[in-house]
Amino acid sequence: MDKKIKVLVAKPGLDGHDRGAKVVSRALRDAGMEVIYTGIRQTPEQIVATAVQEDVDSIGLSCLSGAHNKLFPKVVDLLKAQGAGDVLVFGGGIIPDEDIPGLKAAGVAEIFLPGTSTEDTIAFIKENVTTA
Amino acid sequence: MKDLVTGLLAGKVRPLAKAITVVENDRSGKRELLKEIYPRTGNAYLLGITGPPGAGKSTLTDKVISKLRQQGKTVGVIAVDPSSPFSGGAILGDRIRMQQHALDDGVFIRSMATRSHLGGLSKSAVDVMHLMDASGKDVIIIETVGVGQDEVDIVRIAKTTVVVMVPGLGDSVQIAKAGVMEIADVFAVNKADREGADKLFSEIRAMLDMIKDKDKPEIFRTVAVDDVGIDELVQGIFAHGDKVVETGLIQKKIAEKAESELRAYLLDSIMERSTTMTDYDEIVKRVADKQITPMDGVDEIFAGLGMTIKES
Repeated sequence: MDKKIKVLVAKPGLDGHDRGAKVVSRALRDAGMEVIYTGIRQTPEQIVATAVQEDVDSIGLSCLSGAHNKLFPKVVDLLKAQGAGDVLVFGGGIIPDEDIPGLKAAGVAEIFLPGTSTEDTIAFIKENVTTA
Repeated sequence: MKDLVTGLLAGKVRPLAKAITVVENDRSGKRELLKEIYPRTGNAYLLGITGPPGAGKSTLTDKVISKLRQQGKTVGVIAVDPSSPFSGGAILGDRIRMQQHALDDGVFIRSMATRSHLGGLSKSAVDVMHLMDASGKDVIIIETVGVGQDEVDIVRIAKTTVVVMVPGLGDSVQIAKAGVMEIADVFAVNKADREGADKLFSEIRAMLDMIKDKDKPEIFRTVAVDDVGIDELVQGIFAHGDKVVETGLIQKKIAEKAESELRAYLLDSIMERSTTMTDYDEIVKRVADKQITPMDGVDEIFAGLGMTIKES
């Protein structure tokens, strides 16, 4: 087996600030992962349909608009509905500390805040994806 | 595996997606899977889209998908982007241009990294195409990586190959060179609203005028972002497909495709056996030390595999 880790980096919501998502994509690429980047303003439905077709191991969600409490859990729920609940979902962006427990309870595996080293994100993905 | 095959043949999305992952990563699973589905392939229209980086291949593909959907056809897309030669990773971004189709059940898009395979495609691209074919897609579009001059694998796979060109990349000598320019069944001069498009159009036509064949590729002007010229292009693609069938060229294409698939697996298999069943590293070292030539090294490897070499 020569399995590469496949990650979908997606931006749900209406903000257009994609610098963070692009930096993370680039870092994951440099860590040897195959990254699918789908651009800004994606609906949770689009993100999940893409994740299923691409059969990714993980989804990284970036949101800076403040709508993370609605959009991130929606992605997790839609994945489960598709029978793809094993996909590791993590998020990043401008997310208040007090929102993090709720997001984790909703099934988001980890939240990376501004200032996180890309090394931490890479290590987290490598440790937690199930490449069965 | 049985569920995967049943689901895939029934046209279901998740089994197809999972089957593609098997084909990309797992050799033994792949063998079993392909054995099941191979007899069920050969029905889809295989369309190749190639051209230099930034020519607008993904945007053009997006618009072609829309036209095909209007005609009621289901579409599979294989979008190939390059792997990093250093990290082995990749950013697969072709799909950004096609996300309007993300929620359409009649469209299945899969991004693939080249994984250091040369030729403009990924090694598994052909097998992924077989899976999409068996799952019942009417048309399968393979978008190659942005190609330079010599990455022409696609021509041995597609029924119709579209070469997408854009103004501003070089002079008429570039047009006259061999390689990518020769493999077009149909040309699209994209970004045709830009300066230099008319010149490019006439240079391609001048090049084609020197071909003695009666059947010259048609050239279409497109502005993919504005959906201009796409109807004509799609008509031109299918007109080429009809011609390939009428003239009987299709038989030759099918045979060539089979041979190129067989060859790829043969070379792979020889390489694998050589590295696992002979003193491969030792032979490499002796070539490096100039003790033997590379050609002698091959003879030794073949001898190690129990194959005799006839002098030709």
